[in-house]
Amino acid sequence: MSDDTDIAKPIKKPKRVLPERFKSYKNVWVFVEHEHGHVHPVSWELLGKGRKLADTLGCELAVAILGGTAPEVRALVDEAACYGADLCYLMQSDVLADYRNQTYTVGMTELVNAYQPEILLLGATAQGRDLAGSVATTLLTGLTADCTGLEIDPSDKSLLSSRPTFGGSLMCTIVNLATRPQMATVRPRVMPMPARQSGRTIRVIEHPFSLVEEAVVTKVIDFIPDARADKPQLAFADFIVSGGRGLAKPENFAKVFALAKVLGAEVGASRPAVHAGWTDPERQVGQSGKTVRPKLYIAAGISGAVQHRVGMEGADAIAAINVDANAPIFDFANYALVGNALELLPALQAAFEKRLAAARARQGAAAQDEGAR
Amino acid sequence: MHIAVCIKQVPDSAQIRVHPVTNTIMRQGVPAIVNPFDLFALEEALRIKDATGATVTVLTMGPPPAEEALRKCLSFGADHAILITDKVFSGADTLATSFVLASALRTLNERQPLDLIFTGKQTIDGDTAQVGPGIAIRLGYQLLTYVSKIRELDPAARRLVVERRAEGGVQVLQSALPAVITMLEGGNEMRFADMPGMFRAARQEVEIWNRDGAGITDLTQVGLKGSPTAVAQVFGPKPKAVKAQRIEGATPAEMAEAFVDKLFADFPQLEGELLAHLDQLAGQDSGLAAPQGESA
Repeated sequence: MSDDTDIAKPIKKPKRVLPERFKSYKNVWVFVEHEHGHVHPVSWELLGKGRKLADTLGCELAVAILGGTAPEVRALVDEAACYGADLCYLMQSDVLADYRNQTYTVGMTELVNAYQPEILLLGATAQGRDLAGSVATTLLTGLTADCTGLEIDPSDKSLLSSRPTFGGSLMCTIVNLATRPQMATVRPRVMPMPARQSGRTIRVIEHPFSLVEEAVVTKVIDFIPDARADKPQLAFADFIVSGGRGLAKPENFAKVFALAKVLGAEVGASRPAVHAGWTDPERQVGQSGKTVRPKLYIAAGISGAVQHRVGMEGADAIAAINVDANAPIFDFANYALVGNALELLPALQAAFEKRLAAARARQGAAAQDEGAR
Repeated sequence: MHIAVCIKQVPDSAQIRVHPVTNTIMRQGVPAIVNPFDLFALEEALRIKDATGATVTVLTMGPPPAEEALRKCLSFGADHAILITDKVFSGADTLATSFVLASALRTLNERQPLDLIFTGKQTIDGDTAQVGPGIAIRLGYQLLTYVSKIRELDPAARRLVVERRAEGGVQVLQSALPAVITMLEGGNEMRFADMPGMFRAARQEVEIWNRDGAGITDLTQVGLKGSPTAVAQVFGPKPKAVKAQRIEGATPAEMAEAFVDKLFADFPQLEGELLAHLDQLAGQDSGLAAPQGESA
C-alpha cells in the first residue's frame, strides 16, 4: 500500500456556490418526533441547539409537527414554544397518526418545499434516521448523520457539522456545498436539554396533508411497547460504571457489575467489549451505541477512542482506570487511576461501601438528633 | 424470487489506531472485512433462499479490492456477485452512493425482477444509515428500516409482515413487495462457510460493472460531483483544558479511598444525590416486591 497514513491536516475548504433558487431559504427547523403521545426528548434538546443557531443567523426557529388529529398532537405546539420555537408548521391527518416512512417522507418533503428552511435538524433515532435519509433523497440535499457539534461558519453563514470519522478515531467537519436545506441528525443526549420557559408565544402555520390512506402501502398492525424493566436505561442514568477490553476476560465484567450494584449504577461497555461478545449491545456507550450524561462515569479498562468519548464526555465527573498512563481517556477524564482494573474495581467497591455506610450513619445520627429535639 | 443484498467492504475499525504524536490514521495492516451489519442482511436473504429457492445477488460499490468481500458472500451461499466500480464513483457521499446503487439495481431488475433488497442497518465506518433509505426512495420501493424479524413473507400475494425496532417498542408492519429492508443486528446468526462453498466461491465469476454496466449516463450525480456534502476538515480530539488529576496510592485500596475522598470533596452534592438515588432504587424494589408478598 502506497499510503499507510492519511494526514489529518485541515483540508482546503471546498468551494461553495449556492444556486440562486436556494438563496431565499431561511430559518432553522427541528422535526418534532413523537410516538404514542410521547415526545422524544431529543426534539427539545435540538430546540436548545437550534435556538443558538437561529440567534446567530438572526432568523426564526421553527418546528415541524406531523401527526394525527388527536388533541395531544396540538398540545405539542405549546410545548415546543416552551423549549424555544417561534414558529410551528403543523400537519395533521389521521393518515399521519402513526409514524410511517412513506407518509412522513411525503409530508416533510411538502413542508420543506413550501416553506424552505435553511437548516433542518432531526434526532438520530430509529424514526429520525429513517425519515432524514429519505427526505434528503427526495430533496436531493446533503445530510450529515450523528453530529456531535453544530456551528455557523462566520464567513458565509453556512452550517458546520462535526462528527467522528474513521471508525471513531478522528473528528471531521462536514459542509453542505450547494443545496438547501442543510440537514443533520443528532443523537439523543448529545446536546443539553434547554430550560423550559412557559408563557412564550408561537405562530402556527397549518398545512394540509395530501395523501389518503388508500394510497399508503405499509400498515401498522401492532405496536409492542418495550418492557421497561429488562432493558438497561443507560441514556438517562445518573451513575454509570463501564468496562472495556482492558478487563481481559468476559468473566471480569462481574467486577464492573459488582461496583455498579453498590452505586445503584447502570453498566456500560466500550465497543470492542461489545464486539467481543462480552456484554449486551444495549450497553454500548459511544458513537455507535448510547450517548450518556451521568453525574458520575467510571470507565474501567477503556482506552478512550473518539467514538467512545463522544458518547460520554457530557458526564459531570469522569474517573478512568487504565494500566496505561498514556491512554487517551486520561486526556478528558477528571480523575486518572493508573493501575490494574481487576484490582481497582473491588477496591473502589469497598471504598464506596465504606463511605456510603459512614454517610448513612451520619444521616441516622442526624435523624436521631432531630427526634430528640 | 430474486433478492439483492447490498454490502460494503470496510476496514476492521476495531483495529484502526491513531498515531499518538502525528494524529494520523495508521492503516497499515488493518484488515478489510464485510461490514458486520450487512452479514445479518445476507443471512436473512439466505434463509429466504433456503425456504423458497430464491436467487440471491450481492452487490457492492467500491474499489477493485472489494471483490474479496463479494467472494466471502458467495462462500456463504449467495448465487451471484456484482462489483460496481469506476473511477468516477470515488469520493461519493451517501446521496451519490445511493444514486449508483439504485441505478445498478434497476439494471439488475431488468435482468431478473427484484422482490426484496436487503442491507445492514448501517456501516461500521460511516455509521450513517442513509444509503438504505436513499435506495428505497430512488427506486420507489417500500422502506422497512431496523427490521429485527420477518414474520411472514408471501411472494405470491406480494405481501410481508415485519417487526421493526421503533423508539420505545416494536412496530409490526404489513407491507408489500418490492421492498428495501435494513436489518438490525442480532436477529439471526450468520452461518459458517463450508468447504464446498469456499471452493465454489473461488471459481465463481464476480461481475464487474462500470458506469455503463450500471446504466449510468448522468455523471453529475456520481462521485464527488454528485455529493452535496464535503469534508472540510479532519482533526484529532482536543485534550480538555484541565488535565485529569492523577490519584496516587501505594495499594489499590489506598488509591480507591483517595479517589472517593477527592470525588466527594470536589462534588459536594454528589454524596447526597447518590444516597437519594439508592433510596429511590430501594423503594422501587420494595414496591415491586409487595404484590409477590401478597400472593405468597
